[in-house]
Amino acid sequence: MTWWSRNTSSQSRRDLVLGLISRTSSVLSATVILLIFLFLLHEASPALAKVGISRFFTDTGWHPLSAQFNIVPMLMGTILTTLGAVVIATPLGLAAAIYGLYFAPQGLAIWYRRLIELMAGIPSVVFGLWGLVKLAPWIGQFGGSGQNLLTATIVLALMILPTVMLTAWSSMASVPPELLRGGAALGLRNWSIVRTIVLPAAWGGIGVGILLATARALGETMAVLMVAGNVVEVPTSLLDPVRTLTANIALEMGYATSAHRSILFASGLILMGLVASVAVVAELRKRSPHEL
Amino acid sequence: MNKFRRLVSLILAMIIGCGDSSEPSPPIGIAAQLSGRLELTGSSTIAPLVTEIAKRFESMHPGVRIDVQTGGTGKGIADVRNGTADIGMASRPLADDEQDLTIHPIAVDGVGIIVHKSNPLLELTTEQIIGIYQDKTNNWSDVGGPDLQITAVHKAEGRATLEVFLEYFDLENPTIRADVIVGDNEHGIKTVAGTRGAIGYVSIGTAEADIEAGVPIRLFPLAGVEATTQNVGNGSFPMSRPLNLVTADSPGDLASRFIKYCQSEEVHDLVVSQYFVPVTP
Repeated sequence: MTWWSRNTSSQSRRDLVLGLISRTSSVLSATVILLIFLFLLHEASPALAKVGISRFFTDTGWHPLSAQFNIVPMLMGTILTTLGAVVIATPLGLAAAIYGLYFAPQGLAIWYRRLIELMAGIPSVVFGLWGLVKLAPWIGQFGGSGQNLLTATIVLALMILPTVMLTAWSSMASVPPELLRGGAALGLRNWSIVRTIVLPAAWGGIGVGILLATARALGETMAVLMVAGNVVEVPTSLLDPVRTLTANIALEMGYATSAHRSILFASGLILMGLVASVAVVAELRKRSPHEL
Repeated sequence: MNKFRRLVSLILAMIIGCGDSSEPSPPIGIAAQLSGRLELTGSSTIAPLVTEIAKRFESMHPGVRIDVQTGGTGKGIADVRNGTADIGMASRPLADDEQDLTIHPIAVDGVGIIVHKSNPLLELTTEQIIGIYQDKTNNWSDVGGPDLQITAVHKAEGRATLEVFLEYFDLENPTIRADVIVGDNEHGIKTVAGTRGAIGYVSIGTAEADIEAGVPIRLFPLAGVEATTQNVGNGSFPMSRPLNLVTADSPGDLASRFIKYCQSEEVHDLVVSQYFVPVTP
């Protein structure tokens, strides 16, 4: 009885300290994000008040120096490159994770995973540089400079591939082994086990990984700026240049003043809204019961 | 001989401890006491040069800290106006609505038209270049070259090189239909070097350095004048721009000392090493 009560008192003190530390840090990080949001809102408010959101979509073009602020081409650029990157990276990442977990020899699988982890750590500007001096000239053989929607999408896909692959790997690895053994006992082959047992059981985690990768792709700036061509136009083909919202902010913030500057902040706010909605979807997915 | 003179002036500068030789130098004791902080922001073209000059200035005056940040000429001017920076860096002349500021020229930079090395043409006329950038000419065969699509490489709005280019060709930016829009000079050069049909415009100093390093690009002469730093220096090359430091009405003592140093002969070797052309005020 005595050991029990002593233990609880020391444990409750420890709990108290730990609780305090974790509470403070969570309040701090939440405050920082809230402050960033308020800052964005404050900087964007002149544009929202004077120009109004509707003009972002109805102006005739993007000529900030002549007070024309149509951001639709940039919004399209951001959405198209992100969607394209996710469409390329998802099957590749899934296939890579399945291979590493169920088909690769044990020794190779570990190194394979390390390699992908290394890829996740490469700075985005390195991807951009490679895209600019190697990939773009190669794609340029099909016409133009090679700095276009296709190149930007490929570079983005390579950048989010590790995220997709590593999260898929983790969620598939946490599928209870009894399920796999059960499948094997029924006489299923490897591929059938993966398709009918592992994938459905891990689908929730894989989906969250894809959404995380989407959020990263939405926010990527430098690499896309270097290979997208950056012309403000709604692309009509894969070989047309595009400008994303992030690239636009990076290209123009340096010299932007007054209304123009404020519009750039407003486009940052829109971007934050996009990322936030992706995060909300990811959260809802995580909560929904796994379909087995 | 030139190098020797530079070396001597450098040593002299270190002994005297002051950048300007035309004015009576303060005694060494006072110069050594020079201390404080300077904030510089502005043109990314000038920043590397000023950073080098600042390093040398700091080594002469250990009490001085100089912070150089980029962000474009526009930011430099805005920061000087609202007081966040002591000195701005502007790689173009001041506009009419910016006459409240004082400029201090430190060097000149030329903007040159570049094409891929494999391009057989030797020169384009002003009209041809305007036609290319307004998307009226789309193929090199239309201007006497091979049958190859033209890729017009343009700078993002707000870049000083862009303003020099627009002014020289008397163009309005919204009338330009570019195929690629790039950020800085290196981005432009890498784009042209990777695209056989490309044409672009960049700082001549940067282009010369890259050509020397073997990058496959070529500079076009303009109005019959070769695009070389030499011709920029003697003023014969038409598409050029001044590199200025900008201050509000009354810069502090430290700021004016630093500006004088930037304009002095002791830093000409740094100006040349950054592929710009020195000016003497």
